[in-house]
Amino acid sequence: MDFMVFQYPMITVQACLDGILLGILFALIAYGMALQWGVMNIINIAQGDLVILGGYIAYFMYLYGIHPAWGVIVSPIIMYFVGVGIYKLVINKVVDRDLFISILATFGISILFMQLMNFAFGADVVLANSGYGTTFLFDSAVVLPNSKIFSAFVSIVFAICLVIYMKKSKLGRAIRATAQNARAAKILGVDTEKVYAATFGLNAALCGVAGALISITFTIHPYMGLPYTIRSFMIVIVAGLGNLPGVAMSGMGLGVFEEFADYILGTEFRIGSVFLLLVLILVYRRFKLSRKREYLK
Amino acid sequence: MNKNVLLYAAILVFGLAAPFVFPAFKVQLSILCVLIVLATTWNIQGGEMGYNTFGNILFYGLGMYLCASVQVGMFFPLAEWTESGGEKTFVHTPSQFFQGMAAGLVVAAVVPTIVAGLIGYAILGLRGHYFAICTLGLGVAAGEISGGIEIIGAGQGFTTPPFPNVGGLEARGEFFYFLSFGALVLTFIAVRAIYSTRFRLILNAIRDNEDKAEAMGIETMKYKIIGWMVSAFFCGLAGGIMGGLVGYIDSTDVAFDGREMGVFMVLMAILGGKGTLWGPVIGATVFHIFKEGFWTFFLGWQYVALGILIVVIVIYFPEGIMGWLREKYPERFGEVVDEADRKAQVELK
Repeated sequence: MDFMVFQYPMITVQACLDGILLGILFALIAYGMALQWGVMNIINIAQGDLVILGGYIAYFMYLYGIHPAWGVIVSPIIMYFVGVGIYKLVINKVVDRDLFISILATFGISILFMQLMNFAFGADVVLANSGYGTTFLFDSAVVLPNSKIFSAFVSIVFAICLVIYMKKSKLGRAIRATAQNARAAKILGVDTEKVYAATFGLNAALCGVAGALISITFTIHPYMGLPYTIRSFMIVIVAGLGNLPGVAMSGMGLGVFEEFADYILGTEFRIGSVFLLLVLILVYRRFKLSRKREYLK
Repeated sequence: MNKNVLLYAAILVFGLAAPFVFPAFKVQLSILCVLIVLATTWNIQGGEMGYNTFGNILFYGLGMYLCASVQVGMFFPLAEWTESGGEKTFVHTPSQFFQGMAAGLVVAAVVPTIVAGLIGYAILGLRGHYFAICTLGLGVAAGEISGGIEIIGAGQGFTTPPFPNVGGLEARGEFFYFLSFGALVLTFIAVRAIYSTRFRLILNAIRDNEDKAEAMGIETMKYKIIGWMVSAFFCGLAGGIMGGLVGYIDSTDVAFDGREMGVFMVLMAILGGKGTLWGPVIGATVFHIFKEGFWTFFLGWQYVALGILIVVIVIYFPEGIMGWLREKYPERFGEVVDEADRKAQVELK
């Protein structure tokens, strides 16, 4: 254990800033999770693998000499079609069924994607170098890579665009109507099948954006998907479905928690602490609800 | 009844004779026994109780680490053993090995049971998909955390004590086969006994409607925890045996392997048919034969095949083999079939 955090206040500042910038990115992924959960009532375990796939698209652009930041535009477009493809092949058969079926089916997709990416891109940890340099704050006591600031900025822009799109556009209205009551929406002439496909595609596109940003700021690896799924699941259950400020706040909270866990417990326990936090949050909520003789549903 | 006794006797004879009839497949048969144990115990949660867990891998991995640790720690300093990796300066004598194994298996079965009892009250209060995700998190967290603990080998893994030099490779295979076959017989008898009591009805009531079961005066939490503990006992036992069989324990690739064993047990139970006694047994057997047959074909592509297999089974075959048989021959399952009613149903379809 390392108690540097308490001796040097600047490390605390560093961890908080890092965590917040990271958390905004998590919130973007979690927003996609909340979208499909709310609309289609499925939990997508393959969420993290979609993120990683999006990251590899940006990484390949980098390999071919295009600046990886353009991945933020290209990756969601490709990922949208990947998402619609997954929907047509698998998800449309599990939408109306038991949630566990969707969990298991997407778990299968997750394993499939993991291995296919491992074949296609190799098992190395890779990083697309954006060459953005770093910003030094407080007499160089706090070091922030500009790529992190860039990624947080882009995530916020995308989130705002999406919110406006959901409020104003025809498809956005159809999605919200389907989320409220799929049957009524169908009666009123909404093609729910199309809405579902579009929702899953949008979710995949969001994952693509997040993945492209992650490939710039952090590293990507074919097997790193599951932690992103768990993080977004955790953010959604803390914030609740359809509570966007809550998603942003809990995303940042999670980011800060992770940075501190990294400093205090050590990097090898970072992922483990995320998973443990999920269990603790669920158990805490379960005890809180059981006082009212209710349970999580 | 008479037919059943014959069936069980035939299976028992087959099981006892198998390592001598198929000497080349001893290890595979032992793994099959362990897989059947895991699928059967998963079925107590997922099939009978309706609590779809990904977390039984926790007990399996715990049992694996505990068994090996006890076996080493009884005679030698554990930290030095794991630090030296594969090169051993300490060697178990045969009697030390078997004593350690016996003690290790007892610990491997008992401690996960206690753990299940302790965390059961907190975890089993969750329902549906929250329970599934929570247990998934538990399994992965256990893997990540045990991968950071130095004394059990951390990232470099833990070599279990090698089999002592009595009778060579043949004896090793036979020892582990009979150990896992014994565990299988024990599990099957225990589960069968449990399923013939009121306990199974209570579990089914919990699955069908927990609130109503509670309203009927059943202390659902108590029975859920007991069911979970029974699972943990046999999962831990299976883990301990598997650790010795594989000979090497790694935190995320062998012990808490949510991507393989954790999914396999769910898949096998679903493939065979959830909520039946024989379903997991059949499912595990079919799955293991399929896996071993095709794994060699798909060398390198096995996870791709696994992913596709999961999706196909879950989407197109959620009732499993037993469910399919039940639909086809309901008379064999003791269901009274009213022909007119059946015809009416067929017409409705």
